[in-house]
Amino acid sequence: MEKYVYINDRPILWEDEINILELARKAHIEIPTFCYHSDLSVYGACRLCMVEVEGRGLVTSCSTQPFEGMRVKTHTEQILKLRKTIVEMLLANHDQNCPQCSRASDCKLRDISNRLNIDKVRFRQTREFKTVDLGSDCLVRDPNKCVLCGDCVRFCDEIQSIGAIDFAGRGLEVNVASAYGKSLAQVDCVNCGQCAAVCPTGAITVKSDIKEAWTAIHDPKKTVVAQIAPAVRVALGEMFGLAANDMTTGRMVAAMKIIGFDQVYDTSFAADLTVVEEANEFIARKTNGGKLPIFTSCCPAWVKFAEQSFPSLLDNLSSCRSPQQMFGAIAKERLPELLKVEKKDLVCVSIMPCTAKKYECKRPEFTNDSIPDVDIALTTQELGRMIKEAGINFESVEPESFDLPMGFATGAGVIFGNSGGVSEAVLRYAADKFDIPVPENIVLQEVRGVSGLREATLADGNLKIAVVHGLRNARELCDKVMAGEAEYDIVEVMACPGGCTGGAGQPIVLTQKQRRDRTKTLYHADRTMPMHRAQDNPFIHELYEELLTEPNSHKAHELLHTAYRHRKRIDDDELTISTGDAADRCQIRVCVGTSCYLRGSQDILAKTLQMVEENAWGNYFDIAATFCSEKCDKGPNVTVGDQVIHRAELAQIKNLITEEASRRSK
Amino acid sequence: MSSQYSAAHSFNKVMEILDRYDRSETKIIPILQAVQEEYRYLPQEVLTFIATSLGVSPARLYGVATFYSHFSLQPKGKHILKMCDGTACHVRGSSKIIDAVRERLKLTEKKITTDDMMYTFETVSCLGACGLAPVLVVDDDIHGEVTPEQALALIDKIDAEEKENA
Repeated sequence: MEKYVYINDRPILWEDEINILELARKAHIEIPTFCYHSDLSVYGACRLCMVEVEGRGLVTSCSTQPFEGMRVKTHTEQILKLRKTIVEMLLANHDQNCPQCSRASDCKLRDISNRLNIDKVRFRQTREFKTVDLGSDCLVRDPNKCVLCGDCVRFCDEIQSIGAIDFAGRGLEVNVASAYGKSLAQVDCVNCGQCAAVCPTGAITVKSDIKEAWTAIHDPKKTVVAQIAPAVRVALGEMFGLAANDMTTGRMVAAMKIIGFDQVYDTSFAADLTVVEEANEFIARKTNGGKLPIFTSCCPAWVKFAEQSFPSLLDNLSSCRSPQQMFGAIAKERLPELLKVEKKDLVCVSIMPCTAKKYECKRPEFTNDSIPDVDIALTTQELGRMIKEAGINFESVEPESFDLPMGFATGAGVIFGNSGGVSEAVLRYAADKFDIPVPENIVLQEVRGVSGLREATLADGNLKIAVVHGLRNARELCDKVMAGEAEYDIVEVMACPGGCTGGAGQPIVLTQKQRRDRTKTLYHADRTMPMHRAQDNPFIHELYEELLTEPNSHKAHELLHTAYRHRKRIDDDELTISTGDAADRCQIRVCVGTSCYLRGSQDILAKTLQMVEENAWGNYFDIAATFCSEKCDKGPNVTVGDQVIHRAELAQIKNLITEEASRRSK
Repeated sequence: MSSQYSAAHSFNKVMEILDRYDRSETKIIPILQAVQEEYRYLPQEVLTFIATSLGVSPARLYGVATFYSHFSLQPKGKHILKMCDGTACHVRGSSKIIDAVRERLKLTEKKITTDDMMYTFETVSCLGACGLAPVLVVDDDIHGEVTPEQALALIDKIDAEEKENA
């Protein structure tokens, strides 16, 4: 039986819509809202989506389920008045420097205010101006533009399972904040930037490095080379009114040449290189009984997440740098000679769909002799803005091709931008080795799709693969792997929904179709390319012959691989428990993080303290509780002086402390 | 107990409190209340530790701690004065007392603790003792129908006691 709901007296077929708001869309009515986001839980905070339901009065359409025969009015006199009042109150406290706001062109507050025909704000400002958080390399948080819709808070918690930001304070004081009001740079934010992508206003925006890029371009001494990530080409056009499925590679290269980039290369080339290195690393681990599953390491948000939350899995991460960093290292190694320029005058700019890449390129391990491998990381949006700033008519510019040698890529490097793409590219490489039948069209359907966790078993059960996107999915998978409940050979992780195509550096996504189109277009690009397997790329061959000798060689390790380290979630979170008086005191650190706690570190700490106290050795020692000393699998972890003791037992710690105390008492 | 070990004992207490409430996310508020009782405020590092133990993000815990005016993230003075400024107390002249106490202790609406960490002066919305309005709570003692002079006298008394004990 078909069910109907009456919206503004017109019958609308009610199928599986979960709320009035979705149903109204079917009736061609866009009810204004800030806080309703189909990917996130229903929150009902902004109250803008109020509608009138017969017999019930005013309800929020986002949090009200339809029922059969329900009669809804969406724009009564009262509703329109109410909405105006809400938006006026938001505007009263909103920093309205709109022309200087990077979200000016796609701000929802501006849009809704326009739609509601608000021409005057009747209220005065009641909130005090709050400090803007400029600490992060990737994101800027401006509380003075926040409408408290909570989209960012819910994305960070529900999709990414991080919760780096949350509501703090109450009433007039309420604001979105990191723990203790710290900067995003000092807390567990992984820089995925999805908070900025879902923010309806400019309260969280991507930090702009456009100025730095122009400075380099305008400096006659500098040679500026660019690399463009695969996902950029399927989204840049959206900023110029082109359809999401419009490939803009050629026009993008041309526009960048007009802007003044000396050489324009393709990050997909470095992705091909990543495939070769990572696949060989995997094959070696699989044949020699190394650490499995191997986790991909291309996504810098995931890497930071793992460093913070899964220190015991860090050995499982592929040691391969991301394509951005591989490109940077090779560029700084080879291009000075090739382009006849001094290394210090070579500027490497990357165009990325990602905000975390800004953080990645500033990681100290990717800088040698104070020259960073990648100097400036721009997002797709920033490139779009530079094209606009230069006045280039993007729609009509004549396409040009990438420069050689680092502009030549195979389809394997191009599909890196999709969730599942890295796995597929590695499988195409390793197919012969593991006897995986590769179909004529080279599509490995097993790892494609949209679900947050996809699993595939190949090579007669010899090869188990998992593909996840969204860090909550990654966390759940890691927990299972650690508990021994799931076994895989390869796990691909991307932090953003859909992979890099859904990155926060991309133009703001307005519809789900837009996201799907980007994915489809990237796969389509692969099919139209002459080569589909990384090992077929002649310029990769050349690179090995001339520089790297062979995959995973010493030189390759120097340039293309990296190491990870445990990272604390919050800056300065050590808890001093007892401090001695002696000038040179012995430091005792007991880890009381979850896994050490479960193994009895609390008891060790308590008994250690008791012992120090009873013997009046307090002057000799500084005792502190730490939250993680990196080796969760070997807990409880205790540090006494410069000795790190794994699987610590009370008796052993007591002995060490007694020895130390007697040494000091002499 | 020497002061050297007081931090250690407080920390052991935190462990006990966490265990008492099963390290459960649903018991955040009683846990924070008990921890604040121990430290007289909620030190940042202790909050991070509690968040880790409960499996919630530090930002979430910070949100809870900043929502309730009962919780303080700043160290409080040795003596805590709470003046009720609810409707009943307000109409019976609490503002005058507030002004007098602030002037005496060199405090403002924003700065609520004296530099010597001796006094913290807070206003609260209602103590539920409207019949005694205006009400001032000094440490744990409730004083009803207070005048500005009486309030200052109470501070004088504490000052004198502190001098004696010093």
